[in-house]
Amino acid sequence: MTMTTEPPPATTAALRFSGVSKKFKDGTVALTGADLAVAPGEFVTVVGPSGCGKSTLLRIASGLDKASDGEVDVHSKSVGYVFQDATLLPWRTVWDNVRLLAELERMDKKERDRRVRDAIDLVGLTGFEKHLPQELSGGMRMRVSLARSMVLAPDVFLFDEPFGALDEITRERLNDELLRMFIQSRFAALFITHSVQEAVFLSGRVLVMSGRPGRVKAEVAVPFDYPRAPEIRYSAEFAALCGEVSQYLRDV
Amino acid sequence: MTVDVDSTAATPAVGPAPGEVVAPPVAPRAPGGWWARSRGTLFNKFLLPFCVFALFVGGWYLVSGLTLTKQQRFMLPLPHDVIRVGFLDWSNFKVILEALRYTVIVTFIGLAISMVLGVLAAVLMSQAQWIESSLYPWAVVLQTVPILALTPVLSFFFGFALTSRTIVCVIIAFFPIVSNTLFGLQSVDRGMHELFTLHHTGRLTRLWKLQLPAALPAMFSGFRVAAGLSVIGAIVGEFFFKQGNAGLGTNLSVYSSRLEGERLWATTLVASLLGIAVFVFFGWLSRRVVGRWYQAKRG
Repeated sequence: MTMTTEPPPATTAALRFSGVSKKFKDGTVALTGADLAVAPGEFVTVVGPSGCGKSTLLRIASGLDKASDGEVDVHSKSVGYVFQDATLLPWRTVWDNVRLLAELERMDKKERDRRVRDAIDLVGLTGFEKHLPQELSGGMRMRVSLARSMVLAPDVFLFDEPFGALDEITRERLNDELLRMFIQSRFAALFITHSVQEAVFLSGRVLVMSGRPGRVKAEVAVPFDYPRAPEIRYSAEFAALCGEVSQYLRDV
Repeated sequence: MTVDVDSTAATPAVGPAPGEVVAPPVAPRAPGGWWARSRGTLFNKFLLPFCVFALFVGGWYLVSGLTLTKQQRFMLPLPHDVIRVGFLDWSNFKVILEALRYTVIVTFIGLAISMVLGVLAAVLMSQAQWIESSLYPWAVVLQTVPILALTPVLSFFFGFALTSRTIVCVIIAFFPIVSNTLFGLQSVDRGMHELFTLHHTGRLTRLWKLQLPAALPAMFSGFRVAAGLSVIGAIVGEFFFKQGNAGLGTNLSVYSSRLEGERLWATTLVASLLGIAVFVFFGWLSRRVVGRWYQAKRG
């Protein structure tokens, strides 16, 4: 590794967890003293065994859950959240689904329509505006979900294993497209996954979490520059990085 | 229709891959022969119900013709006698149609009131657990209380005409709307709720943009059950509250006391047809409103 990405200093982080713990009512401890920070324009991925509290991390960052202890700072006017499922409203067309969040945030109609068109274009669904979610494939539904969040142009993007249910080919294509969006908009991203390849391909830093109670155990910097060609997946350096992350995963 | 951009975009070549066996372009044949293929339409929808109907008429002839003596036959007249007296004799049929008109009016007023009250009650109950806990049991009680017991008090306050008939109708049709709508409102996917929570959505917006549309399919199946019950409610109401215009229920009570079997059964048939008609109408309406995005197993 020739180049390492240092965790950003406290003042500039777009998203920062300091000693965050989460204990559920039933006594389960999901997180203990989780420390991590994402700089503006940085793509950070968290990998870890199932049930290690990865999703809890995002739920706390977004405000869906409250931390039991520690501090969470989010420096952003709007936060994008992409769920495991596409969570599209089945009675709304692609266009109306993409419009939803802008509608909830009461965005000006003209501005909203322009952004919806751009977002649909960005995810490659132009021509499908009038389709209903049930008429789309899983991959396309996830694109709609991405577009829906893109409309608000968030500075911080949280991804909760969004491509976990997709087949390998679709997942890789969506990874390519997600990076294209990332390069275009340069949001700060915190991405949860259990795919090591996906983590290395997408991010500048990969954080490895231990099993319950979850905490960040290791960090692997990925030195590839953006934009990243899809072919880097087949390079020796990429394989070595994946190997390293996998090694940490086995140890935790 | 399923459109898959991801898989088509992956293969730039349109033609078959080398070595791939190309099937001749014939329509795929479903296994099981011709009847299996057309089963979804003609066979299932019309032929089978018609067979059951034929069996039913046959059974009717058997019971009426073989087991009842001529003197007993007023209880169950032969089907063709019912048609001759009830439907082909215009003076009788006119009375039935006139009664049908009033029954339809009561049915639809009662149903409309039940729909408004039922949906409002369900929306109210969906807003807080304590409201649901305090109201729902009483909706059940309303459904189970014998109408017979209510007739004196209803007639005392609301008289023996339209108002009391409509109230009976509402009491009978109200519950399925409440329970179905409430179920629909409460079975919204948790992820979707969280999406709305993330964007600080108020109760009303959440209700209007998420819960009510999501509840529509369940609501409509409630409407459909309630529509059938509303016909029953109207007829029961007319049976007890006989002042004013005579409805089907009023006439049923008269014919039954006069042992006029033919007119009694003709009126009964019309009442059943009315029930079927409103049931089918609400099935159609439901498909019109939510059919595009919601597919139930059977409409």
